[in-house]
Amino acid sequence: MADNKATQGVIKSIAGPLVVAQDMRNVRMFDVVRVGNMGLTGEIIEMHGDEASIQVYEETAGLEPGEPVVTTENPLSVALGPGLIGQMYDGIQRPLEDLYEITGDRIGRGSSSPALNQEKKWHFVPTKKVGDQVVPGDIVGEVKETSSVNHRIMVPPTIRGNWVIKEIASEGDFHVANTIYTLEQDSKTQDFSMEHRWPVRRARPHKGKKAPHEPLITGQRVIDTLFPVTKGGTAAVPGPFGSGKTVIQHQLAKWADADIVVYIGCGERGNEMTEVLNQFPKLTDPRTGKSMMERTILIANTSDMPVAAREASIYTGITIAEYYRDMGYSVSIMADSSSRWAEALREISGRLEEMPGEEGYPAYLGSRLAQFYERAGYVTCLGQDNREGFLTAIGAVSPPGGDMSDPVVQSTLRIVKVFWQLDAALAYQRHFPAINWNSSYSLYANDVVEYLNDMIDRAWSKNRTEALRVLNEESRLEEIVRLVGMDSLSFDERLTMDVAQAIREDFLHQNSYHEIDTYSSLNKQFYLLDLIMHYYRLAQDMGKRGITVDQMQELPVREAIGRFKTVEEDRIKERYEELIDELDRVIPNLERER
Amino acid sequence: MQKIYRSIEEISGPLMLVEGVDDVASEELGEIELVNGERRACRVLEVDGNNVIVQLFDNSMGINLVDSKVRFLGHGMQISVAPDMLGRVFDGMGNPIDGAPAIIPTDRRDVNGQAMNPVARIYPNEFIQTGVSAIDGLNTLVRGQKLPIFSGSGLPHNQLAAQIARQATVLGDDEKFAVVFAAMGITFEDANFFIQDFTRTGSIERTVLFLNLADEPPIERLATPKMALTTAEYLAFDLDMQVLVILTDMTYYADALREVSAARKEVPGRRGYPGYLYTDLATIYERAGRLRGKKGSITLMPILTMPDDDKTHPVPDLTGYITEGQIILDRSLNQKNIQPPIDVLPSRSRLKDDGIGEGKTRADHADVMNQLFAAYSRGKDARELSTILGESALSDIDKIYAEFATAFEEKYLNQSFYGARTIEETMAIGWELLKILPKAELRRVDQEYIDQYYDEKRG
Repeated sequence: MADNKATQGVIKSIAGPLVVAQDMRNVRMFDVVRVGNMGLTGEIIEMHGDEASIQVYEETAGLEPGEPVVTTENPLSVALGPGLIGQMYDGIQRPLEDLYEITGDRIGRGSSSPALNQEKKWHFVPTKKVGDQVVPGDIVGEVKETSSVNHRIMVPPTIRGNWVIKEIASEGDFHVANTIYTLEQDSKTQDFSMEHRWPVRRARPHKGKKAPHEPLITGQRVIDTLFPVTKGGTAAVPGPFGSGKTVIQHQLAKWADADIVVYIGCGERGNEMTEVLNQFPKLTDPRTGKSMMERTILIANTSDMPVAAREASIYTGITIAEYYRDMGYSVSIMADSSSRWAEALREISGRLEEMPGEEGYPAYLGSRLAQFYERAGYVTCLGQDNREGFLTAIGAVSPPGGDMSDPVVQSTLRIVKVFWQLDAALAYQRHFPAINWNSSYSLYANDVVEYLNDMIDRAWSKNRTEALRVLNEESRLEEIVRLVGMDSLSFDERLTMDVAQAIREDFLHQNSYHEIDTYSSLNKQFYLLDLIMHYYRLAQDMGKRGITVDQMQELPVREAIGRFKTVEEDRIKERYEELIDELDRVIPNLERER
Repeated sequence: MQKIYRSIEEISGPLMLVEGVDDVASEELGEIELVNGERRACRVLEVDGNNVIVQLFDNSMGINLVDSKVRFLGHGMQISVAPDMLGRVFDGMGNPIDGAPAIIPTDRRDVNGQAMNPVARIYPNEFIQTGVSAIDGLNTLVRGQKLPIFSGSGLPHNQLAAQIARQATVLGDDEKFAVVFAAMGITFEDANFFIQDFTRTGSIERTVLFLNLADEPPIERLATPKMALTTAEYLAFDLDMQVLVILTDMTYYADALREVSAARKEVPGRRGYPGYLYTDLATIYERAGRLRGKKGSITLMPILTMPDDDKTHPVPDLTGYITEGQIILDRSLNQKNIQPPIDVLPSRSRLKDDGIGEGKTRADHADVMNQLFAAYSRGKDARELSTILGESALSDIDKIYAEFATAFEEKYLNQSFYGARTIEETMAIGWELLKILPKAELRRVDQEYIDQYYDEKRG
């Protein structure tokens, strides 16, 4: 293995991010190599005789044939251990803040810095003692990584079988690289630190998957009430540009009730990542009261950064997410945007002169996407305590020209269970979040609704079903109105239109920039929808008595319902009861207009 | 000592195969010398052992395999930069073409910018006053933003671009403002319009122009935006200037990219454009921004013509995914002679919310903006309805909205290409228009501002 001839080759040809090197017979597929005199990072993706094709994660301008290629003998892997949270990494886990210190405001080539801070000391508290028997996944100790995250130090899944703790450090401060414990199996021993590496293209093992049923609460009314996603579920947000994909991804990253959030900016705007960096530290997590940044890990591979690293970025992200899942946490991963990742795949595939599939994308696009989303799930983690972990994956998709027949959209739809379709027409009307209620769906809805019926109120599912029916009815009625005008509608139909408008404007519309409206608790969502549906139920009887819909629209209580979304959380119950009383008082007592 | 090769083996379209070369790097610049002594530039695209594929910037006419000589310059594409580039005109490759003496370079820069580290960026939030109400009032431009103009053939995007270049200022301080203007594939007449306009109004003094005209080699267009942005980076981050870069027309740029891709027999993506069009455009657009510890900024306004006014065409589509909003010109407004004919409803500036408000423009700006959008949108719907069903089909309030929509187009949008309005003036016109509506309709405006501005005496 240490044979130099075997591990060093020379560059033969260069075409964009693809470099071919010769004398590479002894390297392994997907090993990471250092390319050229600058030491650019690359990965072996094809081998022909003693020539290897390498996808290079950095700009290749200036490389020349004859420059050396050295293998690291390891596949592309990430460092896992305390110090991940709060970091912003590029697609191959280089810490961007550290790179800024080294190379300034441009990312210098060939530069690197350890992914985990090697200087910082962490306060380790052991939870196992000498002589205890352990298996991979067992927690041997804990480190307070941030004020809201306890980092559980696990026996890494890189080893197998039963081991006995031979030595373990007592409570104290350590660097990530310090040896913390020593395990023994059949008289052979191995030392472990708090850090280990895991190849990004291989899913981390677990004991088994379960069907997810518990909702991931996002505080976004259209999502939680109409199209919920579960902890451990998968969702996709496709939409043309300007329809608010990124805002939704940001909202989910901010408010979803996950313990850990991994946010991947994959081939998107640089300023968006800056925005996240500016905003998140200032926001407080509604559950812990701590800064959002204390549970967030950012992966930024903006559109001007090299495409090959963009391809790697989502694997880097999901491996980190799996690591926290393995500790028994609920982790959410947001990838914005999977289309840019697919384009990176297409670009590399094109350079390899592979036979293209649809729209020039490689034929394996669908299986690669499936492999990514299948790493999400609700699992029983490794370890003797059978703890459970969740990994929820939410991907944005950017279909060209908003065309839903795009191969990336269609391949994604085959895998994910929740589909939030963003609609340009809604965005033009400044209706946000612009999730189309007629074409979106959630296959988790039945399970989640059951759960929420028990958790929040028995009327949850009834209100939801009724609201969806009204919205659906509205789109049919709208066509009639467009042809023959509003006057041709019956009282019931006009009331349906009126209630649908209330659901749209007072319930579904949510202002992500409004301090209070940006997050709605489940109780608030229930109260608000229940107010609208209560109005609907009362108003249905008014037609017979000759009351008009216009009359009811003008009631001050209607406007008060419209303002309910900006009522502070601690006052919602009281306000809800007031408004229900007012509806009960006012509507049955309406008098016919003459 | 540079080696000279006489080993051109193949010429096909803009590509050329040279064999038996040593020490040539990817992206290196080369020079071809013809028998008659003429020299043409080329760039290394692919290196394969001792063979290289080079891309010609000029056409291949007259190059022969036997006598033509190639040498490689040992560096990538570069441009000489200096403070006295302001006020000058260059060709698409960065050579002066205004007849004045060559500039004395203070530095030579590689034109392939390196990616900005996202942690080095500062979030753009400072207002730029363009003097155009539809932009300042409703789709506000901020420093460091990239905001394209989506246009179509026959629409006055050039006039609008010239107007913005002429009028753009940063409010309230004495910061140095500069414009870098790069033309790719536009006609002589269009280019001449810009030069004349800038010269006549004196704004040429703060402008650097790069011109690649329609009859010049299309491949040269691939270099032009990089030349312009490298110059802009020098002005912004070395000389602390606030730089506005206008690139016109990105559609022609993308067509040139497609031409090279087709010659290389690459697998085409949508409409024949290469699969890496997004990445390529992004490496241009993402060079806009502000950087930690630097005073200057680069604000980018690419202009593109949408073939057949189709917003889903790959060039506007991919541009929209990268840029922070878009300004869309509209044919029917243009026919009504509204100048500039900006359709504000589908137009959008993603960064406006952080660039407006108290201390930046005015406290009531956001509310007025939302109200104008909502009212114009409703007014337009009402107007459409009345053309189908007749005016009598409108309710009283919808009649007022329809009247509002027309007044909005005539007073707010329309201001001529030589009218510059301050943000105060734009806000005042906004309020004049809102007074058409009953006070109760102004649901998106805070009561405080209604009290302050709605009841203000007219005129």
